[in-house]
Amino acid sequence: MSEFDELMEAFGEAGGDKGILANKETAHLVASGHKILSTRDIEGLEVNAKETLTGISARITVKREVKIKNPVHLCFGILHKKGTQKIKMDVKLQKNASAHFIAHCIFPRAEKVKHIMDAVVEIEDGAEMRYSETHYHGPYGGIEVIPKSMVKVGKNGRYFTDFTLTTGRVGTLSIDYTVEAGENAVCELIARVFGHATDEIKIKEKVVLSGENARGLIKTRVALEDEALAEITGITEGKAAGARGHVDCMEIVKDNATATAIPIVSVTNALAKVTHEAAIGSVDKRQLETLMAHGLTPEEAVDIIVKGVLR
Amino acid sequence: MSILEIKKLVYNAGDKKILHDFSLTLEAAEVNALLGTNGTGKSTLAYLIMGCGGYKPLSGEIVFEGRIINDLKIHERAQLGITMAWQEPVRFEGISVKDYLTLKNKEANPSFYLELVGLQPEFYLQRMVDKSLSGGERKRIELASILALNPRLAVLDEPDSGIDMLSTQDIINVINVFKKNGSSVLLITHREEIAMIADRASLLCWGKIVCSGDPEKVAEYYKSRKCLTCDREVCISV
Repeated sequence: MSEFDELMEAFGEAGGDKGILANKETAHLVASGHKILSTRDIEGLEVNAKETLTGISARITVKREVKIKNPVHLCFGILHKKGTQKIKMDVKLQKNASAHFIAHCIFPRAEKVKHIMDAVVEIEDGAEMRYSETHYHGPYGGIEVIPKSMVKVGKNGRYFTDFTLTTGRVGTLSIDYTVEAGENAVCELIARVFGHATDEIKIKEKVVLSGENARGLIKTRVALEDEALAEITGITEGKAAGARGHVDCMEIVKDNATATAIPIVSVTNALAKVTHEAAIGSVDKRQLETLMAHGLTPEEAVDIIVKGVLR
Repeated sequence: MSILEIKKLVYNAGDKKILHDFSLTLEAAEVNALLGTNGTGKSTLAYLIMGCGGYKPLSGEIVFEGRIINDLKIHERAQLGITMAWQEPVRFEGISVKDYLTLKNKEANPSFYLELVGLQPEFYLQRMVDKSLSGGERKRIELASILALNPRLAVLDEPDSGIDMLSTQDIINVINVFKKNGSSVLLITHREEIAMIADRASLLCWGKIVCSGDPEKVAEYYKSRKCLTCDREVCISV
């Protein structure tokens, strides 16, 4: 079996649609370890990728006014038990362009794996980018994942990102995202993670509302069990008139897990408004009792509540 | 045999007596409306019947279909056929209305139950049971979920609160569906027009039933009594 097929097999096992990359109207970039296995451009979207000593470097550009119909698939992974993959990404959506990127990060056999992502994203005026990132780290927890991104959203631009790691172990995760939103820009950062055993989760997301009437939301949902640890920091700064931001963090904790939420909100313009809410604790008693009154066992009820929060 | 028999139940919250020597029966397929002002122990009674956390009687028995259920957990009581609609139903992130209505009864047709509570399925099935619903919508969905369980006994804690007056008929329709399905209902309410549809009404005051019988008479007494001067003694029997 080729490395590509093997990666696609793992992609399928992690819940992905193996056939999606065969579609000629769908752009993609597939990399395993330091190797680029496949890329496809489509009209209006360019993928320039090259292999480096430790991973890959890619520049993706969506041309001005181009609306990419099908999601662009980015598939990264390491199939071996050990290895390091560093990915450097430069993504640019030119004026009034739009695209939806779906990133699949697959490390099914990770025992001593390190995955580092360093992304710089520029969303020009009126452009819209959606970035959905789903990870599968396998059952062993022997992985360290360090995604970092700097995103700049221009006037009337829109940026939506959704990070999901709810199947298998997490290992060590350290997210560091910063988004700067210009005038009338909208940005929404959502993360959902389920930690087990000795997983360690650190999420730091920052939204700087620097343009007038910019809008920002940071929403984090984390469930923890066993001895897992999580520290969630959501930072929103309101710097311009009419800017509105909100930080919303919920962590459900079971067993001996430990959770910390640090919402940091600040305004440097009297006409900006930033709010936050954080809830940490075991499963809500009223929710649990309501489901039990429907005939569910406590275990079934907890499972439904946790799955709902991570959905 | 009564489906539910509550015998000399005593429950205190700290030093405060909430229910003392409280007794009540409910027959099969009977709707018993429980009236009472705020703070008289109506919701506490509902939690005790359902077995909610922190609600354990000091003494007395709760008997369901001949079996003492004092020590059963909520889900064990639910599996016997008891369920409850809370006065303020809780919200759930990430659970759709469709999934919520089929949590336990996978065969239930969620659209059917939504229509019974006056909600159009096409607007609600895919929505989440979260804070995007209004209080009234959430209450209706809770009632629909209880109907879908087809319970032996439904404890409805103020199903009419937070629902506009124009929709009172919807609540009455729901209670009639319970009756038609053979479910017994303990209907906690403040509204006499809702209580009127019951087979029997009972008035709770200071932790005791002070009168029980024909809903019209009980409601009349409920309206006419002067509780500000109540001496905590049982004052009348209808």
